[in-house]
Amino acid sequence: MSTHFLSVESLKKVYPSANGTPNPPVFEDIHFHIDKGEFVCIIGHSGCGKTTILNVLAGLEEASAGNAFMDSREVKGPSLDRGVVFQSHALMPWMSVLGNVAFAVKSKWPDWPKDKIAAHASQYLEMVGLGHAIHKKPAELSGGMKQRVGIARAFAIQPKMLLLDEPFGALDALTRGTIQDELLKIVQATHQTVFMITHDVDEAILLADKIMLMSNGPHAKIAEIVEVTMPRSRTRAEIHHDPQYYRIRNHLVDFLVNRSKTYAGADAETFHDPKNPPLVRPGLDDELAAVVALPTQQSVPALRQVVNH
Amino acid sequence: MVSKFTLKAAFISLMLLLVFLGAWQLATQPRESTAVIGGDAEYAALMGKGEQKTGFPTPAMVGKSFVTYLSDPFYDKGPNDKGIGIQIAYSLGRVALGFLLATLIALPVGFVIGMSPLLYRAFDPFIQVLKPISPLAWMPLALYSLKDSDISGIFVIFICSIWPMLLNTAFGVASVRRDWINVARTLEVNPLRKAFLVILPAAAPTILTGMRISMGIAWLVIVAAEMLVGGTGIGYFVWNEWNNLALPNVIFAVVMIGVVGMFLDLFFGWLQKLVTYRE
Repeated sequence: MSTHFLSVESLKKVYPSANGTPNPPVFEDIHFHIDKGEFVCIIGHSGCGKTTILNVLAGLEEASAGNAFMDSREVKGPSLDRGVVFQSHALMPWMSVLGNVAFAVKSKWPDWPKDKIAAHASQYLEMVGLGHAIHKKPAELSGGMKQRVGIARAFAIQPKMLLLDEPFGALDALTRGTIQDELLKIVQATHQTVFMITHDVDEAILLADKIMLMSNGPHAKIAEIVEVTMPRSRTRAEIHHDPQYYRIRNHLVDFLVNRSKTYAGADAETFHDPKNPPLVRPGLDDELAAVVALPTQQSVPALRQVVNH
Repeated sequence: MVSKFTLKAAFISLMLLLVFLGAWQLATQPRESTAVIGGDAEYAALMGKGEQKTGFPTPAMVGKSFVTYLSDPFYDKGPNDKGIGIQIAYSLGRVALGFLLATLIALPVGFVIGMSPLLYRAFDPFIQVLKPISPLAWMPLALYSLKDSDISGIFVIFICSIWPMLLNTAFGVASVRRDWINVARTLEVNPLRKAFLVILPAAAPTILTGMRISMGIAWLVIVAAEMLVGGTGIGYFVWNEWNNLALPNVIFAVVMIGVVGMFLDLFFGWLQKLVTYRE
């Protein structure tokens, strides 16, 4: 078995179809690993099975084939070792904010006295800047605040790993930025291992150490793993001044717009080893950045020709 | 503070009541017969003319029975003459007992059925057949097998209030948001804690709706059931007063049934409000 903190081997998911004919697998041959303290984002178009992968890691869904191991143990069913932040915050509306977090804390440490649970829960709410709102009901909070409660709830059980399913997808850009900053701070302070789904390229660059790019489903695979080579002490305010930032960003956008359709899918054009998807560093590698920019360079001579004639 | 809107509505309600009472008074007023002029009043009466009674009681007569019965609601002068309070208490007692028994069975069974799609399907045909049966149709079977009219009445209430509660509980439990269940699963919450702290509060508004419907039906059915089994209760009171041809008392009882039913519904509405959450 590998020495990585989390490793996923030949994961595959086939959803049963309504009429009995077998559906093509949503994804197959998914191999990847995450080390302790790493922040890994996964990006891909809708329908490539990102959420299914996350649910398999969370233990909420079963893969059709393949395994996932965390801390040398197979992931079978949900566990308090893995905290999940749901896209729709999933707070229980009949409990107060504190009640929601305390419910999680009590689940992890059932023997703790009441005041210890409350103190622990409020400490984590304080951490996400909600110390003033602990007695409110979720319905009285804004979308961003609800998601913060969800994050506090996941952190409060001190999981070995955090799974985030597009946690900021439903938030407006400004709120998203603030919470991203907060998450960044907390993760940097706690060295939490995180696996996160996102649709937002900038969010991935800001937060992640590694970004996994998935090709389109069905038969989705991990096409590339992009290493974010910028120093870990990033802030949202300064990150776009780093020259690496745009190279990485261009690489990601180019993948999503142009290459994800054919890359490593059923009708792949190039050889692709799903066990070892290429690890690229577009931030450092000038050569690769140039390749990405190729289509524009090609069109320039064509224009010149028209002018010459 | 009472809003202007509420005051206006109350004023219109009052007007409607007065119009209704006025129309009633007009419709039931004793009429002077035209044939009496110049003739012998006694003779006219003998001939079936003169002052005619419509038979239907006037508002004043009904008002009198309101005053009589409400001034002393708890007297007990033997099996056929009890105060209205005692009669309603008998009815409420039967409803409460039958309803409680139904709750004790419908909630756990509904919970289990709601949790398991397989059981839901398996139970469904039975529920669908049993649900539309008029509860009074069970009466002969109940009387035969239970051999007690009082218990039979309670059984009828039980059987009529179980279905809405059972169905609503199963539906409410089955449609608890997947996210909340998933939260409980990722937190490894044990089944009992999950049932009471996640599923029950999540399904509570739906369950309470079922209970409210059940209570409404139970209160409808108790009157009919008591007319059949007799002895005590508001239904028996109505039937008894009909046999006495005391229509004012019947009308009085009818109004009382409505008022008590309204309060029962208000009570369950209040319970419903307690468990409803805003998302």
